[in-house]
Amino acid sequence: MDATHDIDPSSPEVMLTFYRRLYPFKAIHNWLSHEPIPTRLFTHREFAFTLPGDVYLRYNSFSSAEELKKQVCQLNPTRFEIGPVYSARPRDKKTVRSGAFNPLQRELVFDIDMTDYDPIRTCCSNAGICRRCWGFISAAVRVLDTAIRNQFGYDKLLWVYSGRRGIHLWISDKEAMDLTDNERKALVGWMTVITGGKETGRKLNIRSGSKSLPPPLQDALQILRKIFSDLILADQDCFGSEAGYEALLELIPDSGTVERLREKWTKDPNRSSEDKWSDFREIVRKKPESERLPLQAAMEDVVIQYTYPRLDAEVSKHRNHLLKAPFCIHPKTGRVCVPINPDQVEKFDPEMVPTVGQLLRELDAIGKTEEQGTDHHADWEKTSLKPYVDMLDKHASLLMEEVRREKRGAEPNLSW
Amino acid sequence: MYNSSKKKQTVDQPLTQVETHGLLAYPHRLNFYDKAPLFDVTVEEFEICALDRLRILAEIESSAARNRTWEELKNVTETQCGKYLPLSANTAKSIRLDEQRRKDHLGHFVLRLAFCRSEDLRRRFIRAETTLFKVRYETDDYKERENFLSSRDFNWIPVSDEEKNQYKDRLFHGPINDDKIKAEKFYKVKWTRVPDLVEKRRVFLKGGFAYVPGREQSSIVFQEFEVQLGKALEMTARLLPRLDEDTRLVPVLDNLSQGFLAGVSSEWSGVLGSDNANEIKAEMIDDLARKHFPMCMRSLHESLRRDNHLKHFGRLQYGLFLKVLGLSVEEAIAFWRKAFSRITDDKFNKEYKYNIRHSYGLEGKRANYPAKSCLQILTPGPSEHGCPYRHYSAENLQSALLSTYSSQGLSSADLPEIMATVNAGHFHVACTRVFEITHASCGVSKGEGVGGGESVTHPNQYAARSMELAKPKVEEDAMVVD
Repeated sequence: MDATHDIDPSSPEVMLTFYRRLYPFKAIHNWLSHEPIPTRLFTHREFAFTLPGDVYLRYNSFSSAEELKKQVCQLNPTRFEIGPVYSARPRDKKTVRSGAFNPLQRELVFDIDMTDYDPIRTCCSNAGICRRCWGFISAAVRVLDTAIRNQFGYDKLLWVYSGRRGIHLWISDKEAMDLTDNERKALVGWMTVITGGKETGRKLNIRSGSKSLPPPLQDALQILRKIFSDLILADQDCFGSEAGYEALLELIPDSGTVERLREKWTKDPNRSSEDKWSDFREIVRKKPESERLPLQAAMEDVVIQYTYPRLDAEVSKHRNHLLKAPFCIHPKTGRVCVPINPDQVEKFDPEMVPTVGQLLRELDAIGKTEEQGTDHHADWEKTSLKPYVDMLDKHASLLMEEVRREKRGAEPNLSW
Repeated sequence: MYNSSKKKQTVDQPLTQVETHGLLAYPHRLNFYDKAPLFDVTVEEFEICALDRLRILAEIESSAARNRTWEELKNVTETQCGKYLPLSANTAKSIRLDEQRRKDHLGHFVLRLAFCRSEDLRRRFIRAETTLFKVRYETDDYKERENFLSSRDFNWIPVSDEEKNQYKDRLFHGPINDDKIKAEKFYKVKWTRVPDLVEKRRVFLKGGFAYVPGREQSSIVFQEFEVQLGKALEMTARLLPRLDEDTRLVPVLDNLSQGFLAGVSSEWSGVLGSDNANEIKAEMIDDLARKHFPMCMRSLHESLRRDNHLKHFGRLQYGLFLKVLGLSVEEAIAFWRKAFSRITDDKFNKEYKYNIRHSYGLEGKRANYPAKSCLQILTPGPSEHGCPYRHYSAENLQSALLSTYSSQGLSSADLPEIMATVNAGHFHVACTRVFEITHASCGVSKGEGVGGGESVTHPNQYAARSMELAKPKVEEDAMVVD
């Protein structure tokens, strides 16, 4: 039953079979094109292929899903990425005037990666991911999904598992597709609360002076408080180790409080994170009001710092950033980059995602029981990939429905 | 005939007119420049309006490179505007408002033509124009600004009291009461119209709409200005090729679009005229060079002293500079004669004297040649003596700066800042900064430039200002004696 035992996800034969028989090109096409026929959103779209041996082919474009499939099967890339819609067909890039080739539209995309959580997660590190660290990702999804829908009013959201330890979000609302780089940068600024890299120490940029939290973060805080106690305190036990609680103490602005807590926790190194957090809360509660307010603010900051989505901002800021297409195979894990229902994200288990090896075995099993058909187009229907492709199909049909409704609205009503 | 006499009448008696606003071609001081100017202008007016505006925009741009604060930038821009492009409020009755506003209007559109040609120029033009608009908006009279805002449809939805009540804990800070909710205005716009406020989380967002408080209303206006101008410039760029047939305008526009490189080349004719009693003598030049000359002229002077010679274009550049500085032709001949110590009188008279007299307009076509401006020195030409900030390598420039100016207060600690502006291509800013550092003892502070925040655009401007700064002390002494 070992998935990687007999089928190697990096072997060209495996990838070729996957593209030929399983990859849902039609669903991808409909999702990108917003219509069942290829529109400019598809034909002027950049595809970039990564071939074995670090070969990277940019500025490919295709006039139909079939053409894309043909090329993918011919090149057999380890993965491919989707870029923006340009003002001309990307494959004609060299023949058009340099000023006339510009990115125009692009889904608004977000990338959340587990590496950004390495300083605070205690269960795994680096490339590793388990059900427990998925809690950070599901917290991020919860906050980001709510914020995008409520605050920005977008609702054509597609969440895609990145195949190893992260998640991508593609937003296909018309307005979101049309955002300029500047507007994308503003939106990312609204969403980003943690700045600074690993070396300089991460800092929150949420308050101006000693003011109360800005409204969007007050909303987020409601969600995050619960996540904080379940995930950070109970599950991850982030303040259990000495390094863990020292990191917490650094965030407390009152040196008297820090000393008292440090003394208590050094004496009793086995105190759980939950107990430590209530120690802190107790001290704050007993303070006179003038000292209590900044400490309460610091407590809110800690909650946000540990649970708020950590975004890879560069991905979202520019229209011409490329992002791995859904349903590609992650070369290291062999897992398919499947869509995720954000309502079910807490229940999602990355280790349950089908691997390419598993899918090919499923195909073999069918082959033995069924007559070998000549046409392999919809073989994914017979495998465990089906629910995921159905999810993308449903999402794409929402987009197509929207376009139909708009077209109907635009045409004069001829019915009596 | 009838028209002109009527026009004269209105000009003669502007004070008796009760309310002219309705009749004005430009009812507001602020302008979104939606309509192109549709009147006849002379080519000269075309160029002058644009040049005057360009001076202001170039100063705004170098302000950004020099890290000025908003307040400093506002002051500098206002001073410059007062000089080159005054724009008065409606309350200023005795001033011919329409004329000022016509010039503002025309200048803006000429520069659109000059700056629509490349992505980079467009971006810089939009930034500078938007800044200028912001300065004017902030200095505008409150009531006139309100009138201006209501004259345009900004497509914002005023937020009703019920809606304010519904989101009151999101919209208001601190204690909330009904009066406060009624008093403060909010405007609802698509969030993409106020990206800067969104980025800093200074608005409340709901369903893609930003609730912009009254005090941030200007953000919507500025953003609108920027977006409109961006679209208009792209349109202009597409239509520009049709203009190529007009041979009178293209050279003017080419010249203008160069103006961002070194600011506007000022035709620096000597302020030190004949009324200046202390005439400059040949033997004073060593001393003057050490105290007052910009880097480019210092290096020319030094190579002249080192080699006892300068090549043709070096002589031309330095000679014209000295002429405008106030060196008479007799003194100039004496200066060059002494400087070229290794050649004979005969050779000097034959080969060099003519050129000196020629540059003073005494030979040949007898033209009064102006001294070369920074723009000319910066543009690569036949001269090997360009602008040191541009043409020296980084190491050479640093050691040259230190050896030249360390006696005047420039230390190696100042170098990183200067080199940063040089690397960013702001050569005149670097030069201005050196001026500020070396004249700190005369009370020149950072950001002041060569007076009023102006940047160096001409070597003579640099030298004249430096000499002017050194003068007051002498006058004060004289006053005491009196």
